[in-house]
Amino acid sequence: MSGRINNLVDISQSPAALRGRADIVLENAKWASHVFQRFDREATMRVVDAVARTAHDGAARYAELAVEESGFGVVAHKRIKNEMTAMPLVDYYRDDDYVNPRISENLKIVEIPRPAGVVFALTPSTNPISTLNYKIVLAMMTRNAIVISPHPAVRHCCVEAANSLAAAATAAGAPASSIQVLAEPSIPLVNEFMRSPKTSVILATGGSAMVRAAYASSNPAIGVGPGNAPVFVDSSADFEKAAARIVESKSFDNSVLCTNESVLITVPEADSRLRRALGSRGGHLCSDEETGLLRRFLFHASGFNVEAIGRDASWIANQAGIRVPRSAKILIAPIARIGVEEDLSREKLCPVLAYHVAKNRTQAISQSRAVLRLAGAGHTAAVHASDEQTAFDFARAVESYRVVVNAPCSQGAAGFGTNLAPTFTVGTGYFGRSSVGDNIGPQHLVHWTKLAYNSDRSEKFGDFRGVAARFDGPLPQAPEDGVPGRTRNDSPPGGGIAQSGIDREELRRIIAEELRAVLKG
Amino acid sequence: MSQDKLEFLERSREFWNPKKTQDWQDMGVDLVIDRREGYYLFDMDGLRLIDVHLNGGTYNLGHRHPELVEVLKVGAERFDMGNHHFPALARTALAEALAACAPSPDMKFTAYGSGGGEAIDIAIKTARHATQRRKIVSIFNAYHGHTGLAVKTGDERFSKIFLSEDREGEFVQVPFNDLAAMEEALRGNDAAAVIIETIPATYGFPMPEEGYLPAVKSLCDKYGALFIADEVQTGLMRTGELWGITKYGVEPDILVTGKGISGGMYPIACVQIRERCGGWLRQDGFAHMSTMGGAELGCVVAMKVLEIVQRPEVRAMVRFNSDFLRAGLDLIKSAYADFFAGIRQHGVIMGLEFDHPEGAKPVMKHLYANGVWAIFSTLDPRVLQFKPGLLLTQADAEDLLRRVEIAVDLARDEVKGKRRRAA
Ligand SMILES: Cc1ncc(COP(=O)(O)O)c(C=O)c1O
Repeated sequence: MSGRINNLVDISQSPAALRGRADIVLENAKWASHVFQRFDREATMRVVDAVARTAHDGAARYAELAVEESGFGVVAHKRIKNEMTAMPLVDYYRDDDYVNPRISENLKIVEIPRPAGVVFALTPSTNPISTLNYKIVLAMMTRNAIVISPHPAVRHCCVEAANSLAAAATAAGAPASSIQVLAEPSIPLVNEFMRSPKTSVILATGGSAMVRAAYASSNPAIGVGPGNAPVFVDSSADFEKAAARIVESKSFDNSVLCTNESVLITVPEADSRLRRALGSRGGHLCSDEETGLLRRFLFHASGFNVEAIGRDASWIANQAGIRVPRSAKILIAPIARIGVEEDLSREKLCPVLAYHVAKNRTQAISQSRAVLRLAGAGHTAAVHASDEQTAFDFARAVESYRVVVNAPCSQGAAGFGTNLAPTFTVGTGYFGRSSVGDNIGPQHLVHWTKLAYNSDRSEKFGDFRGVAARFDGPLPQAPEDGVPGRTRNDSPPGGGIAQSGIDREELRRIIAEELRAVLKG
Repeated sequence: MSQDKLEFLERSREFWNPKKTQDWQDMGVDLVIDRREGYYLFDMDGLRLIDVHLNGGTYNLGHRHPELVEVLKVGAERFDMGNHHFPALARTALAEALAACAPSPDMKFTAYGSGGGEAIDIAIKTARHATQRRKIVSIFNAYHGHTGLAVKTGDERFSKIFLSEDREGEFVQVPFNDLAAMEEALRGNDAAAVIIETIPATYGFPMPEEGYLPAVKSLCDKYGALFIADEVQTGLMRTGELWGITKYGVEPDILVTGKGISGGMYPIACVQIRERCGGWLRQDGFAHMSTMGGAELGCVVAMKVLEIVQRPEVRAMVRFNSDFLRAGLDLIKSAYADFFAGIRQHGVIMGLEFDHPEGAKPVMKHLYANGVWAIFSTLDPRVLQFKPGLLLTQADAEDLLRRVEIAVDLARDEVKGKRRRAA
């Protein structure tokens, strides 16, 4: 229908229309999840593997499209992230079963998995495809339907990618509408999705405003706050390795992972060796004047300059008016203070690292706490140290639920290069005003019905190994009577009655007898 | 029953329609619809009913669908019914929108009625003008409405009483699914049209046999008659396709849509006409007139209905609903096989057959008592018309099945006598 016709009386932006739009997408998802819950583990994993394979195959293409559409990030790095959130993610959870019941003989408890139902997932502009892959894989593993709401700045590549995964899922047997994506994710529309009683859980990764809106929606939400990771390099660290890891992490996809190191804090004994090591790895140490230029470029009255997000070091240096060698991978800005008076101690989604020398270990820890007090509570911190007491003291002091040790933090906190669960949604827990403090995984999208027996010893626990799991699988297609090849009009000819004279009980008895005979035989 | 309702029914008998009012009481259905929302009806005494009658698809999208309410409200700030003598913005816009999704390639024109019957009359008049023949062939027990011409295509019960039956032999009826009889009726090369409901609703949805409808169309072509598809109940995505007739591979000459196209919000019905059949529109455009036919507010609502039903999500919902309900009904049917005899289905058009000449009536009654409103087929009361909405939710679909099983059980006992339960 042409636009002109619709516009005769245009209600497309009215609350009724927006609500209607959300409602029908979510109800479709509800249907899909209802059918999906009939699937057994094998059928489920078939869908998961098909989706992961398609995500893998599209990794390079969508890395390119995402960089092109958003204008930032590094294609090669995005490709790695897109791949990591495909098959390796599935393999990480392959042995976990979110489909079959769990039986605990000694507790006399059986647990039956109950998927959330409809997952409404917001995905960010910084890690668009990897977050999308990751959330879809999680949803499929747990037999949930998912609706993706991409960040508007990257919606074209996200819509295409999500649709390719949706096609793969249905081709592998998933119910239609298991994966849907919003083509026009405007704020009022997204709010309708978040508010709808048909949304089971909101999985919000993105800007603070969006995450807070998710929590304000009245629906269950798993939202994560922003990061602003302090990284403490202790005097006991291996400086060469620490420097190499920090530069690698900060330059990875130009620091758009919210787990990137934001403020490096060290102690005087380490300072000069660390500077040298960083310098030799591609860190450009700014002079005071250069730091001032950077500060002015990166922070405006309204906050971080979004133009700088995910840009590389030379682009930023150039814009800020600093001359740096071509080999510079990250810009290091020494700062004397940490807190509200120093903008550079805030989150910086770009390869600029603030650098602060504290008086001693104790002060370093207190400064690290200050970094997270400013922003990024509950998110991420890192420490480079060979002394485990220092690592421990640091970790128990900072308000972060993950502290990466002797590894690149961007990747490590997200479970790549550490044995944390691979994730693109880092739970910021109660410190960070979130409901979950872990790396979000499939386990967060399922609750379990617990069948709890009388604990009294005289009461026997049932034998559940033989109990039928009742996976009915996909719905059989209803007939379309009279359509060639689609008819199943089972009306008895002439209005007569099939099996008349045999009643229900009789039928059940016959069937039961036949079954017994088969089982005996 | 509340005192209020008793008094109201009394007034209904007195001022509106004594017999109709009483008949429902006699059938055990004392429904007086008050509030309505989505697929729920609320009786004036508060009982909630899931509506699977939908007034024949009028409430396809639910009662008072919020987007239709909105478009009607906003539309009313600019339009009213309009002046039917003049070219009109909304009337033409809807005609264009209908042409864009018509079941036949050159179906360009739309003529408007204010209701289905009137639209059927227009269709018949159009066919008569185009062929310069008078004879109209329809199906035994067909129902196309109660206006002057439409009423003659149907059961004489509705025409004789008003001394309005066909006495010229211009209206001929043949059995459904009987091609020989159809050919017999057309053989004289004197029929203007065959008018046929893609799946006859009021007759309990007997399903067209494979190849029947295309063969009827071929016979029409062979003997120079037009094919009028009455899609008043089968159109608007109820089969999972916009027009049911498309599923059967037929391109009709004229298509009538009513009921659902109004969204249940503003009366309107449409006749879509292939260019070569719409001669009167060129010869004498004032030949058929109707002040309220194609009222512009109705057009505004109808355009929204067309837009909504064509959303891809709606198609998916119809699929889910028809598969899910069928799976559930099959289970109920096998548990009550001595009573629940058959299921006729295409999409969310369903007829449930019961093994008793009036078997659908007790089922209707017990459904009513258990919170579901579905109506028996007037012309085949063995069959319950089971017409869930396009947008029925999973939760309501499941609840519907639960209530159907309870009602079928009770109706079965009433009809067949209580059976001995296994000890
Ligand atoms: C198939 C069919 N055609 C035509 C009509 C007549 O429509 P209306 O009642 O709007 O005149 C009906 C009404 O029930 C119908 O079911």
